[in-house]
Amino acid sequence: MDTAIFSKYEPVIGLEVHAQMLTKSKAFCTCSTEFGGAPNTRTCPICLAHPGTLPTLNENLLRFIVRMGIATHCEIRPRSIFARKNYFYPDLPKGYQISQYDTPICHNGFIETELPDGETKRIGITRIHMEEDSGKSIHDFGTETLVDLNRAGVPLIEIVSEPDMRSSDQAYAYLTAIKSIVTYLGICDGNMEEGSLRCDANVSVRLRGTEKFGQKTEVKNLNSFRNVKLAIEAEIVRQIAVIEEGGVVLHQTMAFDPNKSLTRAMRTKEDAHDYRYFPEPDLVPVTITKEYIDEVRAEIPELQRDRRDRFIRDFELPKYDADVLTVDKATADFFEQAIEALAGKSNEVIKSISNYTMGDVMRMLTERKATIKSLGLLPSHLAELITLVTDGTISNKIAKDLLPELPGNQKSPKEIVQDRGMIQVSDEGALRQAIRTILEGNPDNIAKYKSGKVNLFGFFVGQTMKAMGGKANPTLLNELVKEELEKA
Amino acid sequence: MTSQRLQELNTSLNCFLKVFDVPPHTIQTGKLDGMRIAVKDVLALKGERLTCGSKILENFTSLYDATCVERLISAGALVVGKTNMDEFAMGSSNENSAFGAVRNPWDISRVPGGSSGGSAVATAIGSCDMALGTDTGGSIRQPAAFTGTIGFKPTYGRISRYGLTAFASSFDTVGTFSRTLESAARSLEVMSGKDERDATSADVPVDEYSLSLSGNVKGLRIGLAEEYFGEGIEPDIREAIETVKAKLVAAGCILVPVSMPHTKYSIAVYYILTTAEASSNLARFDGIRYGYRTPGAHSLAETYVHSRSEGFGQEVKRRIMLGTYVLSSGYYDAYYTRAQKVRRLIKQDFTTVFKSVDALLTPTTPTTAFKLGEKLSDPLSMYLNDIYTVSANISGSPAASIPVGLDRNGLPIGVQLITDSFKESVLFSLAKEIHVDVLSRLTL
Repeated sequence: MDTAIFSKYEPVIGLEVHAQMLTKSKAFCTCSTEFGGAPNTRTCPICLAHPGTLPTLNENLLRFIVRMGIATHCEIRPRSIFARKNYFYPDLPKGYQISQYDTPICHNGFIETELPDGETKRIGITRIHMEEDSGKSIHDFGTETLVDLNRAGVPLIEIVSEPDMRSSDQAYAYLTAIKSIVTYLGICDGNMEEGSLRCDANVSVRLRGTEKFGQKTEVKNLNSFRNVKLAIEAEIVRQIAVIEEGGVVLHQTMAFDPNKSLTRAMRTKEDAHDYRYFPEPDLVPVTITKEYIDEVRAEIPELQRDRRDRFIRDFELPKYDADVLTVDKATADFFEQAIEALAGKSNEVIKSISNYTMGDVMRMLTERKATIKSLGLLPSHLAELITLVTDGTISNKIAKDLLPELPGNQKSPKEIVQDRGMIQVSDEGALRQAIRTILEGNPDNIAKYKSGKVNLFGFFVGQTMKAMGGKANPTLLNELVKEELEKA
Repeated sequence: MTSQRLQELNTSLNCFLKVFDVPPHTIQTGKLDGMRIAVKDVLALKGERLTCGSKILENFTSLYDATCVERLISAGALVVGKTNMDEFAMGSSNENSAFGAVRNPWDISRVPGGSSGGSAVATAIGSCDMALGTDTGGSIRQPAAFTGTIGFKPTYGRISRYGLTAFASSFDTVGTFSRTLESAARSLEVMSGKDERDATSADVPVDEYSLSLSGNVKGLRIGLAEEYFGEGIEPDIREAIETVKAKLVAAGCILVPVSMPHTKYSIAVYYILTTAEASSNLARFDGIRYGYRTPGAHSLAETYVHSRSEGFGQEVKRRIMLGTYVLSSGYYDAYYTRAQKVRRLIKQDFTTVFKSVDALLTPTTPTTAFKLGEKLSDPLSMYLNDIYTVSANISGSPAASIPVGLDRNGLPIGVQLITDSFKESVLFSLAKEIHVDVLSRLTL
């Protein structure tokens, strides 16, 4: 299909995002929500749906969703109720999921997203509601299906957007913003690969310039940010092809096959479940006072966009740096703590900390499969290391060599440098002495240098540095080698 | 009663599913020291079977104690057995038990009422001082009336439902059968009060009900709603009501005619809403994690269909289907939503009437105990037996059935008292005035 046909159509996209809440216990019982554990060990009579058991609402779930509602400019309903969504499945112990139906606690909000071209786009939030997760069915045992109910009853929030997105890039930007908000709020770890953030996309296309929405399909099985983008693109292409071939798009649920980058129908909506939603009689209505909202509002930290703008303003960082440093709240916290620990806060040192954080520190995270918290690098240690470089005590090279040893180290960079005699030599006499020794041992090379092979300059610097165990002050060394060569 | 004698009686009456020679729990001391209690088999008792009168739970053992049971045991009560019941508390004759019908000790050709028939009979024959029952539409009061026992259904939310296997969550109420008002009052005091494990339990102070038993009823206004004295009430029951009215007047009460115009919708509202909730509540019995599973199913769908078809009895299946239907898209508004609206109107009737009276006096049932098999083929006539009891479950009001005499066939007659929510004390003081100990005339 050529791009002309493609550009006749406008895609319309809405996302439904499930975020697993970081509460310690499940939504309606006291079982642990910790990931892993032997199958069916994080269970109790309540989440196993034993006869006579009743749900009681985890207050932190309420607190978390109200945080999300405030952060996304939603209206918070003063009174909302839970509803039962009824269907039979082996990983759904009660035969119904406790959810919310026509009175979601948060509704009518929006978030601002930033597009690749730098534009800002506002995406409407239709609703955010609370619900419980199901267990896991494991089909990998021949004809047997095994059920693990550790996850059954883990609290989720479902964030439903308006059909406000017009491209896969916009959907990607929206999802990125959602992840940033939930992680900044400390309510979800935002990990799509592990399923703590899950996304379904509602996709339709219409002729550009027309008002009426086309028939939408729901695309499921999107387990990474990249797949969300790819699946939406694949589904847009599929729908346009159907229409161009004279067909009609059906109301279907589609599954994305990441290996083939294709979407295919899972089931048509005609044989969809009738969930028979009705008010959950075992729970009382959730009432939210203005005082409660104010109390929760006070817990909400500065979110990514505000923080990034502040980094640009206060630290005079490039936008690129500020973006990278603030994507993850823990990284941004680390960076700010390092700055606080600095003795002298020049823009140059701050930029240096930014470079180290974005470069060497993040590389260590990847290599060690660590998070900034689990890495064990103290922000004050990074600050001290950089200070040692800027005051000329050690070279940049030594700092970079030293950094991997800092995580978990009891000793500060200063102590390590002193212990190992790594302090940079800036003593002119000592440096000249070393240079002369090298020159005396290499008369041939001096001759070649003098006859025009100027790139041998690096050879003399390198040899001297090597002879001094890498501790020579590199700037001073350069100057002195030049002088000594002239004299030679 | 010797355990041998109890076994003999149980062989003919079938009121106990399990009799404990020694209590299956640690014996504690408290304000109910030594009180012998029987527990309807819909309530959880740790380490014991919890069958709910159903084949689907025939071999299910509970891992915990229901809150009401736990509170009674902590106060020194001794559990003597678990009682037979209509399957999942659905029924008015106790003929729907997977473990056989319970018989009425006043005439073993007759039903004891249901669904808590086993608890009613266990109390009537003196095998316990108090038996726990549950009341969703009359399941304590109707069998109490049929057996000459005192049946108390407190306010919805007064006693925790934690450990009560749900039939219809917004109606289900734990209550008592007893031979004396004293036992009922003391048990309810122990069981009542907020329970963190039941979000719908009420955080309302608990009165000392036993003190009300010496209370003065002078000046209390007793409402007589015309809607509760319609067609089909047996003459002996009408006569018994007249005697009760005379007693109350003699004690200084004032009789007030009142109207509760929405009463006529009660049975319809009740059967729409309770079946809707039941269809969902009983979904967990699927043969997957516990309970009966069909042998030899070849697929997930077969496991569900056959386990449930074979595990549930006819009445339970009827109600699950009815409830699924009223919640289905396309029918939801016409049935479920509408019934919820009418429920509010019926509640409003109660709110209004309790502005002008302290209690309502009604028959508990239109008839005394009927014969086994008499109504089994006619579910509608069976459902109509609850016509005077369901309203108090729709509104959540406390209500009691108090024995007041015997009819011409020597069968017990009960009358019903209903008060405003959390006014159980008023129920007790009025019950004291009208109670007649008919059980002393029961020959076993």
